[in-house]
Formats: sequence, C-alpha cells, structure tokens
Amino acid sequence: MSGATMGTMPQPTPYVSHADLGGQAGHGAVLPEPEGELFHADWEPRVLALTLAMGATSSWNIDASRAVRETLPDYPQLDYYRIWFAALEKLMLQRGQLFSDEMAAGRMLHDPAPVLRTLQAGSVTAALAKGTPTERPATTSARFSVGQWVRTRAEAVDHHTRLPGYVRGKRGRIDRVLGTHVFADSHAQGLGEAPQWLYTVVFDAAELWSDQTLEHGGGSDVSVDAWESYLHEAA
Amino acid sequence: MSQNTDEHGHQHSELSDMDLRVRALETVLTQKGYIDPAALDVLIDTYQTRIGPRNGALVVARSWVDPAYRDWLRADASAAIASLGYSGRQGEHMVAVENTPALHNMVVCTLCSCYPWPVLGLPPTWYKSAAYRARAVKDPRGVLADFGVTLPEATRIRIWDSTAEVRYLVIPERPAGTEALDEAQLAALVSRDSMIGTALVHAHTQAPAPGSSA
Repeated sequence: MSGATMGTMPQPTPYVSHADLGGQAGHGAVLPEPEGELFHADWEPRVLALTLAMGATSSWNIDASRAVRETLPDYPQLDYYRIWFAALEKLMLQRGQLFSDEMAAGRMLHDPAPVLRTLQAGSVTAALAKGTPTERPATTSARFSVGQWVRTRAEAVDHHTRLPGYVRGKRGRIDRVLGTHVFADSHAQGLGEAPQWLYTVVFDAAELWSDQTLEHGGGSDVSVDAWESYLHEAA
Repeated sequence: MSQNTDEHGHQHSELSDMDLRVRALETVLTQKGYIDPAALDVLIDTYQTRIGPRNGALVVARSWVDPAYRDWLRADASAAIASLGYSGRQGEHMVAVENTPALHNMVVCTLCSCYPWPVLGLPPTWYKSAAYRARAVKDPRGVLADFGVTLPEATRIRIWDSTAEVRYLVIPERPAGTEALDEAQLAALVSRDSMIGTALVHAHTQAPAPGSSA
C-alpha cells in the first residue's frame, strides 16, 4: 500500500482522535461501582498527582494534553490512568523535560529544562481552589440566541476539536448561551486562547440516530457545548 | 495488598510494571525539581478524603430545603456552589440541572471524562469507560437499566455531553416522605450516581413493599 505502488502522492497524516466514542457500538454493559472505589492500583493515585503537579508547571494547557491523550495509538487498549501516564511521558519528552534513557534508568541523566513554577505542598489547596477558568470578557455580541435553530459543522478537521462526531452536520437548537470561552481547538494547537462564544446546543435523539427506535414514551434529547465557529444558522 | 516487604536485592519484586514505571518517573521529576513529592501526597489526600460526592450532596440538600438557594443555583450555579466552599479545578463553570417527573437529566463526556470534581470528586471508573461514553448518548434507557433504574415511559431523558469546560450537576428529585428530615439527613440520602443521573434518590423506608418504589 505504499504511495509509489499505488501511484498516489503521499498524504499528510490525518488527525485521528481515538477518544470520540459517542454512539459507538460494541462496548458492552456499564459496570457500576460503589462510591468509595476511586483507584484500583497503588500507582493510579501517583499518576493522578504527577499529572496535576506537572500541569501546575504550565508547561502545556489542558487542551494540548487532551490532544496528546486522544491521539495515543494504543488509546483503545489503555485504561484511564495508563492513558494519563503515557500522555504525561509524551508531553515531557516532546519538551525536552524528560528523556527515554532516564525512564529506563529511573534517575536523572540530563540537566533539567526549567519550568515556570513547581507546585509546593503548601500551595496545593489554593491552586485547586483557583482552578483554570476559561471564560473571558466578551468582545463581540453573540451570533446566536436561545431558541434559534443551528446546524453543526459537517466537515472533519485536522486537529483537536470538541465537536463530537455524532453531532456533526446535525440540526439542533440553542439551549443556553454560556459566555465567551477559550477555544479548545486553537488552544490545543498552541495558537492562543482565541476566545469564542460558547453555546449549549440540544438535539432530539431522532435527529442524531437514524436507527433509533423512539417508541419509548418521552424519548430523549442530547446536548453538547459548542463554540460559535462550530455552528451555522439553520432554518 | 501483599504482606511481602520489598527486600533489598529482591530480583522479582511484587511491584507491577506500572508501579515501577511510575516510581521511575516520580524519581526523575523530583530530581529535576519539577515536582515536590510532598505536594503529590497532598493532592492524593485531597481527592481521597476531602473532595468527593458528599460536597455535591450538601448542595442538593440545600436546594431542597431553601427555595432562595435553589433559585440562585438555577440562575448561577457556579456562584451558588462556590458559596458553600466548592469551587475550582474542573468546576470553574457549573450548571445545575433539575430532575422532575417529566424530565430526567444524565451527564456524560463522550470525548474524555469531564466531570465536576469540586462537587463529586474524581470520576468513577464506569464514568470513564468506553461503554458509558459510547452508550449514554444513544441508549440512555439501556445504560440506566445497567444501573437497575427504570424510568416511567412518559419521562423524557436529557443527556448533557460535557464537551467544553462547563460541568453539570444533576439535582435529583427529592423523594416523598422526607418532609421531617433535616438538611444533613437529606444529604445522606443523595448518592454520587444520583448527581450524575444514573440513579434516583429514595427515602430510607423501614419496610418497602415488594416491587413498590413508594
């Protein structure tokens, strides 16, 4: 299947997210668990904490980290905290903060690349309470208003995005106007916050799932939170 | 779990490959000065003992007993929830959605596992599973059946897919027969799953009739 054999030009590798699961078949039953069961191995809370602590160094943003997680080739085979661990390693390797030989040796072999800050134990509570708000002051008026019909972008994009595949090209109604928020698509690519108006768009399940049998009494609706550039006006 | 201690020179330790890799990473990051190991312990302790679904249960109970709080929660959940001390990471922008006999709300993140950490703590494994993320938006009644929940036919279901940084808290219906309970007693009835929308809240009755939910 090489380009030469097929007589075609080499194509750039398309962006493939393995995380966009909405509506996929074949994943079986959901297995409930009691409220207190948060971790299933001793290393899991360490990975959680390492990820949060490295996030606090501001070496990357949450959208960039989601992009790295969802494009891990073995994402479908990994459980949650293995995905976090693999993504953390990759983010640091990309930035020269970590080297493969150091992981093999289990100790530092190369000088550290400076980070903006190190989260100290005494600052954890305040840092968690502060969070990372994404709302920004509006500089434009919202293009859409509650009750308006819209259609979501139909095309795939070649980068991280937060428009799930199952709502692409679908007609829905503006349900809430959520303010102006950091645009994940731009932020993930290192292109800046580029804030946009964000809306909750609600779809009747019958619009989303052509094979859905809607004999169940009240039926169902599904909403997503969509940035303005994901949406077109619709009749 | 193991009673074996990690003896010096032990060739085949009880530690898994992941334990060893995570330890290696933690050591390197500590030596490089990127992390304070004591901060890791505080982070873990915070999510194991301080931030969890009991926070959300107190929000729900307050909304059940205090109409003014309920109105505030409807109008500005971020502020109303923050007023009880629950705000910050993964709960910066909150929306509360109320269940009624006509409408049942359920929350999912089909793209990853977005979840309102300040009120519910860390998400459970099932919330992060492919099964829940794939099916909640397409077959909500089937997912509810996995939790043993059957809704009346006439109840409409609304699935909230958390695709941006807004996080949703489901306010379950206050069960009948709880008029005499105080706020703390009400909070004790509220489960984590009921605030995600995969469970209902029941009054603790002494002797429920078989097959009856009343």
